[in-house]
Amino acid sequence: MAIGSGTDLDDAQAADLLELYPNAPASRRRLRLPRSPKVIIGLALLIGFGVLAVIGPWIAPYNPAQTFSTTASFPQPPSAAHLLGTTQQQQDVLSQLLAGGRSTILVAFVAGLIATVLSVIVGVTAGYAGGLGDDLLSMLANFFLILPALPLLIVIFGFLPPSQGGDDVLIGLIIAVTGWAFGARVLRAQTLSLRTRDYVESARIVGERGWRIISFEILPNLIPILASSFLFTVLYGVGTYTALAFLGLVNPNHVSWGGMLFYAQVAGAEQSGYWWLFLPPGLAVALLGTSLALLNFSIDEFINPRLRAAGLSRRRARRAGVTETARPPRRFVLGVTPVLRSVPPAGDDGRPR
Amino acid sequence: MYVISRRIGFYALTAIAAVTVTFFIPRVMPGNPVSAVLAKMQGTVVTKQTLAALQAEFGSDTREGLVGQYLHYWNDILHGNLGISTSNGMVPVTTVIRGALPWTLGLVGTATVISFILGTLLGILVAWRRGSWLDTLLPATTFFQAAPYFFLAFLAIDLFAIRLGWFPAVGARNTLDFPAFDWTYASDVLDHAILPALTIVVASAAGWIVGMRNVMITTMDEDYVLIAQAKGLPKRRVIWYAARNAILPSISGFSLAIGFVVSGALLTEIVFSYPGLGFILLSAVQEADYALLQGIFLVITMAVLIANLAADFVYVYLDPRTRQEA
Repeated sequence: MAIGSGTDLDDAQAADLLELYPNAPASRRRLRLPRSPKVIIGLALLIGFGVLAVIGPWIAPYNPAQTFSTTASFPQPPSAAHLLGTTQQQQDVLSQLLAGGRSTILVAFVAGLIATVLSVIVGVTAGYAGGLGDDLLSMLANFFLILPALPLLIVIFGFLPPSQGGDDVLIGLIIAVTGWAFGARVLRAQTLSLRTRDYVESARIVGERGWRIISFEILPNLIPILASSFLFTVLYGVGTYTALAFLGLVNPNHVSWGGMLFYAQVAGAEQSGYWWLFLPPGLAVALLGTSLALLNFSIDEFINPRLRAAGLSRRRARRAGVTETARPPRRFVLGVTPVLRSVPPAGDDGRPR
Repeated sequence: MYVISRRIGFYALTAIAAVTVTFFIPRVMPGNPVSAVLAKMQGTVVTKQTLAALQAEFGSDTREGLVGQYLHYWNDILHGNLGISTSNGMVPVTTVIRGALPWTLGLVGTATVISFILGTLLGILVAWRRGSWLDTLLPATTFFQAAPYFFLAFLAIDLFAIRLGWFPAVGARNTLDFPAFDWTYASDVLDHAILPALTIVVASAAGWIVGMRNVMITTMDEDYVLIAQAKGLPKRRVIWYAARNAILPSISGFSLAIGFVVSGALLTEIVFSYPGLGFILLSAVQEADYALLQGIFLVITMAVLIANLAADFVYVYLDPRTRQEA
C-alpha cells in the first residue's frame, strides 16, 4: 500500500493535528501522535470534505434544483452532460452531491460542537462536584444515553413543521441534545480521576477558585478525550442527520446527502438498478464517517499507547523494541489515563525510553 | 440484591421520564394532532362537538388543564391505551404495534445476538494476532459501520436481490394470509429475513470488534495472562482466561450499542419494506399519525430498557465484584 509506507506526518498535517490540541505546552509540540496510515487517510479525507463543504455549491456544474427535461420520466444514467446521471425529477446528481455536502457537514459539526459544550458542562461539573450533584447529573446523562435517540428525534421532527425543518443550526442543536451524554460520561470518569491528583489538590490548598481549577488544571488534561468525544459526536451527527433526511423529515427542498437518499428511495432506485442515485451520496456519507472514525482510533491510540503497538507489524514492532516479552511499560489504564502527564523525552519510535 | 434493585430503580425512573417526555413533545412542538386530523377532514363541517371530541380523544382537552391531561395520559398508558391510529382506519395504536412488533423482535433480536457473538470472537482473534494481516480488518469494518445502515441495505438489495436474484427484495413473506406453520412458511420467512439481518450484522459487528480488541489488548498485558503463558497452558486456555475478563466492558457497553442497533434496524426495515416497527414508523411520519408515532417511541424505549436490564443481570452474574459490593 503506497500510503501505508509513508509513516511520517508532513508539517501541514502536523499543524492541522495541533489544532486539536491548541493548549498543549510548547515542549509537547513535537507531535507524538501515532504515525499510522489511519491518521493520514483520516485527516486527508476530512480536510477534503471540509473544502467540499465550503466550495461545493460553487463548483457544482448546475443548479442542484434545476430540471433538465420535462419529457423523460425515468432517472437518466451517467452521460457526458451529467457525469453522475439525473434524478427522477431530471436534476443533475453530481451538482446535488457537491452542493449537499455543506448542509450535511455543517449540521454534523454544529451538533458536535454543541454536544461537546454540553458534555463538558455536565460531565466535568459532575466529576468535580461529587456528592448529590454528581448523582443527579450522572443520572441525567444515563437517562439520555439509554433513550433510543433516533426514534426520539423522529418524534420531535415529526411534530416540526416542514418550513422549520430546513434550518441547519436548529437541526444541529436538536441532534446535539440527544448526543451529548456519552461524552459527559467519559469526561466525568476522567475528571473524577484527575480531581484527586496532587497538582489539583495543591491548587485547591493554595486557594484557587473552583472554576479556575477546572479551566486551567483539569480541562487541559481532558483535551484528547474532548477531541475524541467531539469526533464521536460529529460522526453521530452525520449518521443521524442523514437518517432524518432519508426519512423525509427535513425540508425536502433542502439539498443534503440524506435528502438525496430519500429521493432515491422514492424513485425505487434499489429495485430498478438506478445505482447512480444512491451510490454517490451513500459513499460520501460512509467516507466522511470513516475519516472521523479513523481519527478517533488515532486519538484512542494516543490516549492508550498499548493500542498503538498493535498497529505495528510484527517486524516493525520488534525493531521498535516491542516484543512479546518486552511490552511497553504498564503505566496506563484504559479509560482513566493521565494523558498529558509529563513523560521522559520520547525516543524516535514515539515511546518514552 | 442491592446492585440489581438500584438498576431496576433507575430503569423505572427512566421509563417514567420517557413517558413524560412523550407527553410533553406534542405540547411544546408547533405541530398539533387535532389540526392534523382537521386538515384531513377538509370539506366537512366541523362542529364544536367534533372539535371537543377530537381534543378529548387526543388528550388535549383544554378544560382539563395540563396536570389533568398528564394524569389522564398516565391513566391511559397504564390501561394499555396508546390512543387511536388515524392512518390505519382509526384502530387502536396497540393493535397496529402488536402486528408489527414480532417481526422487529425476531429480526433485530437475532441479528443483534449474531453480531455480538461474531464481533466479540473476531475482536478476540484480532487482538490475539495483532500485527498480522487481521489488523486490516479494522478499517474495513469501520467503513461498514460509518456507512448508514440504509445505504448498505440499498447495496444489498441492488446486488443480491435484483442483480443476482438470490433473495427476495422486499417484505417479510410471500403469502399475505397466515398459513399453517409448516416448513414452507418458515423457510419463506427465513428467506426474506436473511438480507435485512445480514445488513444489520455487517453494520453493527464493527463496534463489538473494536471494543473487544481494545480491551483484550489491555487484558493480555495482565500478570495472570503472563503466568498462564509461562505455565505452558495451551494457547486456547490462555485466550479463554483473557477473553472472559475482557468481555465485561462489552456487556456493560451494551446500553449504548443497543440504541444504535435498534435505530439502524428501523431504517433497514424501511428500505426492505419489512413490516416491523420501522416500517409503520415511517408511515406514521408521512401520515402525521402522532399517536402512533408516540406509541412506537414508547414501545421501543421500553424494549431497550428491558434489554439493558437483561444485560445488567448478565453482568452481575458474570462479575463477582459487583455482588460483593452490597
